[in-house]
Amino acid sequence: MTETAIADHADEHHPSSFASKYIWSQDHKVIAIQYSLTAIFVGLVALVLSALMRLQLGFPDHFSFISPESYLQFVTMHGMIMVVYLLTALLLGGFGNYLIPLMIGARDMVFPLLNMLSFWTYLLSVLVLLASFFVPGGPTGAGWTLYPPQAILPGTPGHDWGILLMLISLGIFIVAFTMGGLNYVCTILQARTKGMTLMRMPLTIWGIFVATIMGLLAFPALLVSAIMMFMDKVVGTSFFMPAILSMGEVLDHTGGSPILFQHLFWFFGHPEVYIVALPAFGIVSDILATHARKNIFGYRMMVWAIVVIGLLSFVVWAHHMYVSGMNPYFGFFFATTTLIIAVPTALKVYNWILTLWRGNIQLTLPMLFAIGFIFTFIHGGLSGLFLGNVVIDLPLSDTYFVVGHFHMVMGLSPILVLYAAIYHWFPKVTGRMLHTGLGKVHFWATLIGAYSVFLPMHYLGMLGLPRRYFGMAGTEYIPESAHLLNANITVAAILVAVVQLVFIANVIVSLRRGEKAPANPWGATTLEWQTPDNPPTHGNWGPALPVVHRWAYDFSVPGAKDDFIPQNVPNSAVEVTDAKAFAEAGQ
Amino acid sequence: MSLIGKLMEKPWLAQPEGMDPALLVAPNTGWPARTALRFFLGTVTVIFFLFIMTLLGRSQMGDFHALAGEPWLPFDRPVQLWWNSAILLLSSIAMHAGLWLARQNRLQASLLAVMLAVVLVLGFMLAQGYVWQQLAVAGFGLTTNPASSYFYLLTAVHLVHLLGGVVALSGLLRRYWQQHSQARIVAGLTLCTTYWHYLFGIWLVLFALLTSSAGTIDSLAALCGF
Amino acid sequence: MAIALIILLLIIGTVIFHVVSPWYFTPLASNWSTIDSTVSLTFWITGFVFVAVNLFLVYVLVRYRSRPGLKADYEPENKKLEGWLTLVTTIGIAAMLAPGLYVWGQFVKPPDDAMVVEAVGQQWHWSYRFPGEDGVLGKVDNRAISETNPFGLDPTDPASRDDVLIFSNELVLPVDRPVKLLLRSKDVLHNFTVPQFRVKMDMVPGISSYLWFTPTRTGEFDVMCQELCGIGHYAMRGRVVVKEQSDFDAWLARQVTFAQTQHHTEGDVALGQAQYMVCAACHGIQGEGNEGLHAPRLAGQDLWYLQRQLKNYQQGIRGTAEGDVFGGQMIAMANLVSDEQNMQHLLAYIGSLPEPARVAAEGDLRRGKQLYRNCVHCHGEQAEGSFHMNAPRLAGLEPWYLSRQIEYFRDRVRGGHRDDFYGAQMSLLVQSLRSEEDIADLVAYINSLQPEQLARRD
Repeated sequence: MTETAIADHADEHHPSSFASKYIWSQDHKVIAIQYSLTAIFVGLVALVLSALMRLQLGFPDHFSFISPESYLQFVTMHGMIMVVYLLTALLLGGFGNYLIPLMIGARDMVFPLLNMLSFWTYLLSVLVLLASFFVPGGPTGAGWTLYPPQAILPGTPGHDWGILLMLISLGIFIVAFTMGGLNYVCTILQARTKGMTLMRMPLTIWGIFVATIMGLLAFPALLVSAIMMFMDKVVGTSFFMPAILSMGEVLDHTGGSPILFQHLFWFFGHPEVYIVALPAFGIVSDILATHARKNIFGYRMMVWAIVVIGLLSFVVWAHHMYVSGMNPYFGFFFATTTLIIAVPTALKVYNWILTLWRGNIQLTLPMLFAIGFIFTFIHGGLSGLFLGNVVIDLPLSDTYFVVGHFHMVMGLSPILVLYAAIYHWFPKVTGRMLHTGLGKVHFWATLIGAYSVFLPMHYLGMLGLPRRYFGMAGTEYIPESAHLLNANITVAAILVAVVQLVFIANVIVSLRRGEKAPANPWGATTLEWQTPDNPPTHGNWGPALPVVHRWAYDFSVPGAKDDFIPQNVPNSAVEVTDAKAFAEAGQ
Repeated sequence: MSLIGKLMEKPWLAQPEGMDPALLVAPNTGWPARTALRFFLGTVTVIFFLFIMTLLGRSQMGDFHALAGEPWLPFDRPVQLWWNSAILLLSSIAMHAGLWLARQNRLQASLLAVMLAVVLVLGFMLAQGYVWQQLAVAGFGLTTNPASSYFYLLTAVHLVHLLGGVVALSGLLRRYWQQHSQARIVAGLTLCTTYWHYLFGIWLVLFALLTSSAGTIDSLAALCGF
Repeated sequence: MAIALIILLLIIGTVIFHVVSPWYFTPLASNWSTIDSTVSLTFWITGFVFVAVNLFLVYVLVRYRSRPGLKADYEPENKKLEGWLTLVTTIGIAAMLAPGLYVWGQFVKPPDDAMVVEAVGQQWHWSYRFPGEDGVLGKVDNRAISETNPFGLDPTDPASRDDVLIFSNELVLPVDRPVKLLLRSKDVLHNFTVPQFRVKMDMVPGISSYLWFTPTRTGEFDVMCQELCGIGHYAMRGRVVVKEQSDFDAWLARQVTFAQTQHHTEGDVALGQAQYMVCAACHGIQGEGNEGLHAPRLAGQDLWYLQRQLKNYQQGIRGTAEGDVFGGQMIAMANLVSDEQNMQHLLAYIGSLPEPARVAAEGDLRRGKQLYRNCVHCHGEQAEGSFHMNAPRLAGLEPWYLSRQIEYFRDRVRGGHRDDFYGAQMSLLVQSLRSEEDIADLVAYINSLQPEQLARRD
């Protein structure tokens, strides 16, 4: 518990050696990049796993290296990596770390040492996770939900070492997240520069802020369930394990409740969806406003919606469990709360489009990805209304409809936002622009390709194709055409996966040869674009911290000469062409 | 201003030059370490809350037998646990005294009090270990019954948190050796004392719950909807 | 303006896909038309929103794309507009939720006159139980499960004696009669799903869950497990056959009760030896098998498995497929022991035969071990087989026979019969063996396994 002074002067000792600058760095920007690169690396591993899964589903009986066992391992590791180790880590550890101090006008996080430890702990959790590929039995194949009893019993791949390493890795990840999360929350609450009131914060910060608090309250549920399952497995307690047979032998466990685990898991799992979604919501709001040269429509409503979604997301968890065998009367309550949460979410969508309405839409790369996000998110959100409505979940639960839905809303959509964010902030981070042509190829192929992967999945689900099936052969109700469709989905999925190489190539080439970026290439108002150095150096702000005079969305203010006024520009410094209009606009 | 009031602000409205209320006040840099501690305690509270909720849920399965309530059960008269609680209470008091003394700038005495608190906490841990041993000897092992599983689990999780506190406190003890300013010592000690009291409170809750009779646990479970 | 055009095309494409897609709900076979109606209603509302909101997005993209002289409006918020949007959204949500909750209200309360049936899940099979004449299901406990009591029924409970047990993945139900299906599991989570019935529910070990439906048309329907239950999840298939009431009654009358399963007839080894003389011609005096005559080794095999295969031959489940020449020869032979008592004598004799010596097999043992990881869950570490998993002993079988059977399963020469559930499962499972080399390596590995001499099972 060290104290940190956040005095208004730059840190005296700038790191000098390579190691202290790039490895053992306590600079939030370096840590952000370390987080991002690690997350993207494991994300690529998970992407390869998904391609392998699709090969089996699209062309069963062709690939000898995919067995029922390894298929389940791919499913599990793909899901867990994408949700936790990629999306959560990249959005909060990566973008949260980079943007929070810069956007609120701070020199760094309030606990830089803790921040560094957070990254190294995260890296450890990733290594433990990846280590499970190399232990006897391989990684766990219990599905990313890790439901007991099967997760820790023979009959499931990786039921010895794999599941233990998974639980340990999750525990380490939660420690890393808690260290990082405390930092983000405290920094946002107590390191904002002068004039940066809560309601002047960009929505990106609001999204990260609420998501982090949710994470601090939701990850404990995962920790608790992981500890108890660990004990069931290792010392033979019966928290989740009822009296059962395993491979014909009666086990020593008695009386435990598998459903108890599911409650705990989803008490974490559902907020986790919004831990990923809220930062994405925030980021996309800022990108839309900046590139439409228009203020975000209904800023207050957007903030309230983030807060309300954050609160409601803690009382909807059991909508993942409508057919779990829990008391079916819970269905009434959870269906109602689930559909209520659709209202603030819908309002956010309206406000994004209304931000574009009467705007001055610049079709830049970040904007394209943001628009793509609106489209896929509408689709995924609407298909969620099917699953949330308890009775429609009866035929659709555990089918490809669910797979299609959550990939649309929680896979593709946040990934599009992440790309929008990378294309948007790359010039700030590296000082160079990404190549537009390559970026467009990447965008079109990703949007159209991924949509043609996940849209048909909904229909296969309605047909009744179950998820997590290694092979669909041998049923009478699945027509040959469905297998053909599956093959087509696989082709599209492989294409999308390959196209991501274009993005990686773009990043690598642009890092060295990209066009030099101006200090504020998009004409953005938020503070991170107003740093004296580009890219920002250690301490971010040079000799004096910026002072904030306005909200983050003063675009196209009537009467002003430029179509944007940065947050740190006082009214007296604004070049005004029409003083009357400027005054009437509320300035 | 209240949180609701803040959320109702219209940030786009212009503030007259030099009259911007946001610029009239110094930025709230507060005391980040204390904020962090509060959020951390929130996280820890959720952990224990969820453990307790699972215990109540699990208690409604047929094989759960409370550890108290009948004369032959180990915690029907939990004398040893009362002693342990007293040790932890003394540790909390010692911490508080250490803080009070530090505020009086009597750092030598404060250091003694804090070290006493550490010794008492370590004593508490040993005493808890003794209870485990007794319980195991009495035939209530880790896997004997979910109630005893929970006893070992929850006390162990509590001990881990205490241990974390001791580690943090040892960092603070360095400040005494290195003769940091009184203000820095008081600051760190305030946070540690808060944590100590909090964990004492948690222990009381666990103590009450784990030594409840079957009837009490059933009514608590019913109250929580299990 | 490519983005506006593409989004427009995506909207049109999505709508067209929806309209022409042949992939949609399977034809309904239960009373749950209300679920289908709720789905349709939701489709109309969400479809309208999808098209309307996205078309507006396209309009905005076209109308307000950047061009010289265009300046964006400055409008921080519009309370009236936001209020209207909130109201309309809330109404739309309520319009979907209300019917949903109403139908759910029907689902949670099965009709009082519903016929109670129990479905039991285990890795990776189904079995079923009817309450019998007393209309009450006997008490069960997973800890009571044994080879003679696979359902774990409590023998002291009077209600359990007349319970009708269905040792098969196939359940027969009468048409037009509400069924309350109680669900339980012996081991891990499973889920009972028949797509055409629309309803599904998890089977959770330790508790009993339920669902209900009324089959509305006769026919056969696939039962799928839809909760991940381990490596054989995808092969955990069953079948519901809906018949007219009279056919159902006749079927039910043919099934055994729990009390009947508790009577055992011990076979007599000496009498069995006489029976075996016919078999010895091909399978060898010591049951050691004969590759030249295509007769597999019998000595050492699990007796429950031999019995099942004999019955399969008798009932035409095995040996009738095109291409199964040698199996076809067995049908006549198996019919020689169609008498239950004779079969028990025969099995008792085979059980008394000593295990013969091994034959060598060539193959890459390391690869074989790798491949065997998919088999180990049912057939056991040492290929010793497991009654509970319905998996026969593989160790000791001759390599030529093992590889031939694997090829048969792969080509559905075996396992293709509609009543051969275990064989059908094997057909799905051997699909992970992709080449002759795979099969050879696997067989070599299995041949190298030496389970300890297990107590004979019957």
